[in-house]
Formats: sequence, structure tokens, C-alpha cells
Amino acid sequence: MTTVLLAILLGAAFGFALDRVGATNPGYIIRMLNLTDLHLMKTILTGIGVASILLFGGLLLGLVDPGHLSVKTAYYGVFLGGLLLGVGFAVAGYCPGTGLTAMATGRIDAVFFVLGGLVGAGAYMLAYGGIAGTDLFTKIAGGDATLAPVAGTDYPSILGAMSGEWLGLAIGVALIVVAWVLPARLGDGRTMSAPAE
Amino acid sequence: MTSWQQVPLPWKAGGLLLGLVFFAAVLLVKPIGVSTQFVIFDGILWDAVDASVVVPSEEAKSGFTSPNAYLDKSGGKYAKSVANPLNYGFVFVIAMMAGALMSALLRGGVPKSERAMPQVWRANFGDSVWRRYAATFIAGFLVLFGARLAGGCTSGHMMSGMMQTSLSGYMFAAGAFLAGIPLAVYLFSKEG
Repeated sequence: MTTVLLAILLGAAFGFALDRVGATNPGYIIRMLNLTDLHLMKTILTGIGVASILLFGGLLLGLVDPGHLSVKTAYYGVFLGGLLLGVGFAVAGYCPGTGLTAMATGRIDAVFFVLGGLVGAGAYMLAYGGIAGTDLFTKIAGGDATLAPVAGTDYPSILGAMSGEWLGLAIGVALIVVAWVLPARLGDGRTMSAPAE
Repeated sequence: MTSWQQVPLPWKAGGLLLGLVFFAAVLLVKPIGVSTQFVIFDGILWDAVDASVVVPSEEAKSGFTSPNAYLDKSGGKYAKSVANPLNYGFVFVIAMMAGALMSALLRGGVPKSERAMPQVWRANFGDSVWRRYAATFIAGFLVLFGARLAGGCTSGHMMSGMMQTSLSGYMFAAGAFLAGIPLAVYLFSKEG
């Protein structure tokens, strides 16, 4: 029951945050991807950076249970799937999470996105049996690899001689620096800093 | 001074908020992910019309099995979620939608002119709503097929993955932006 309560609290916080940062607005996502307005890119990079610093800082201080990490497997299909997702992401301005939340805020095009998504996920369920044994799923770097080893976990890593925690902290800081120096826009015209809605 | 009511939030405040939520999820439970729940919802619908899709099994690690290879994967872990929709991942996604709705209501909702399509779409492809709906339907298909092939989406792979320094998170983000940026630059030449 506690987990369901946490699911409600964390899920609601995530949905609220997605809407507040503008990610439920496909216009902002499209204008990030066509490089005319990088506001959302700066937000996302800062978000990953902050989360990374808190996570690895917390791990170093013993405040975070390393067992809560969950590193996904690396295989060729990850990249190919990323490419496919990128195509739809650009056309619609939605990804799975922002499509569902946009639908909840009353966007009708998002309803069609979610319906297409349910059909796409269903097609994958049916296709999986036929592609499961292929090279698409050949693991890379031992599978569920991190960049460097993290204490208390047995994930394989690429850079064995380094501390995963300190690398995670450094990457977190680097992402925030990139967010800081990235211009809000590359082209000319309006930006999101003007009230856009 | 900017108000917390401003949408979108300034990137520093927005990034901090997003980062705190992603961290809180790992601290308290596990990394955030969304796209799996499309499969679970499909499975629930499928199981409702054909009860043989998910069945209890003492041999399966999860206690459930499915004739569908994907639902049966990893000891039937998806089959189990289909059989018990009141699980963490599924409730998380329902609550996520409720949270977004709450935020939208607090800021007065999405303007009517924006509900069918964003301005940048209108500027490049005109006012036809059915063109937009057809395009987002096909895009949704590609996004979820791609996310399932990759084993995660923007939340699970990119945000949660990169924050944990996962190799797979970087591979996924590289693919998504390598395809997404050139295509968006090509499709949306008028800013809107």
C-alpha cells in the first residue's frame, strides 16, 4: 500500500512538473528540436544535472540506497529505437510521458498521439516474438552498464578505474554548465521568455 | 522577479523542480519510466477480451505467464502487471496525468486555439485538424514502437538513464536527437 501511495505522490509531482516546465506544450518541444528556442533544452539539461548531483552526492554520503538504482540494458535496438522515437517526437512534439500529460490537460492532438502509441506498443508486443533472438538485442559493454563503477551495485562499467560516484557528480555539474552557456535561441525572433500562452 | 505561476517556469527553476522529482523517485522507490505502461494498458484491454492472454502459473518467476512472448518476458513480469493494474508503475502514470491536469487547471487551462495543434504546426502545415491528428497518430505509433524496442523512453532512458550514468541512456538520447533535430529543422522551417 505504501508503494501505491508513493506512486500517487511521485506521479502527481512529475505530471505537475512536466506541465510547469512547458513540456506538455508540443510547440515548445518542436521549437527545441528545430533549434529556434532552447529554453526547454536548458531546463532538461539542468534537470538531469540536478538529479545526478543529488543522486551521486547522496550515494557518497550513504543517504541513498544503491539498490534503488536501475540501469537499463544497452543493446543495438536502444539506438535504433531512439531513432524511431526521435522521428515521432519531432513530428508530434510529444513523447510518451508528455503525450499522456498533454492529453490530460485537454489537448486533442495528444489523444490521437496516445491512441497511435497504444497501437504502436501493441504492434511491438506482436513483433517481439519474431525479433527476440536477433542481433538487435546483442548486449553492448556487458549489458546494463554504467560509465564507471558505482559502489554497492554490480553493474558492469566502461571506465573501470574511475569512481562512478565522482564521475556522476562531474557530469551533473557539466550538464548544468552546458545549460548555462547554451543560448536561449539560435535563430532570430520570439523566445519562450516572452509570455507564450 | 518571476512568479511560480509562470508557465513555462524559467529554466533554472524548471530544471531544479524536474531534477528534484527525478531524484525523489530514485531515493524513495526507483527511477521514473512511462512507456512500459502503454504495453500494460494494451495487455489489460487484450486480457479483457481474451482471458487466456494472462494466466497464473506456478512455474513463472512472477507467478503469471502469457502466450505472448513480450508479456511473458523476464519471468512474466509484464503479465503480472497486467493481472494486477494497481501496481506502482501503472498508478504512477495515472497520477502523473492527474498532476498535469491540476497544474493546467491552476493556470487557466490550455487556450482553445492551442488544443488541436500548436502554433508552430499551424504556421508550417495549415489549419487542417485532421492532418494534425493523422500525423500525431502515426507519430505516436513510431514513438511507442521505438520506445519499446529501446526498452524505455525520454523519461526512463534519457532522464533517468543519464542521471544514473547509464550507457543505454546516452545511446538512446543520441538516437532520439540525431533523428529528431534534423527532421524538426526540415519540417518546421517557419517558426510560428
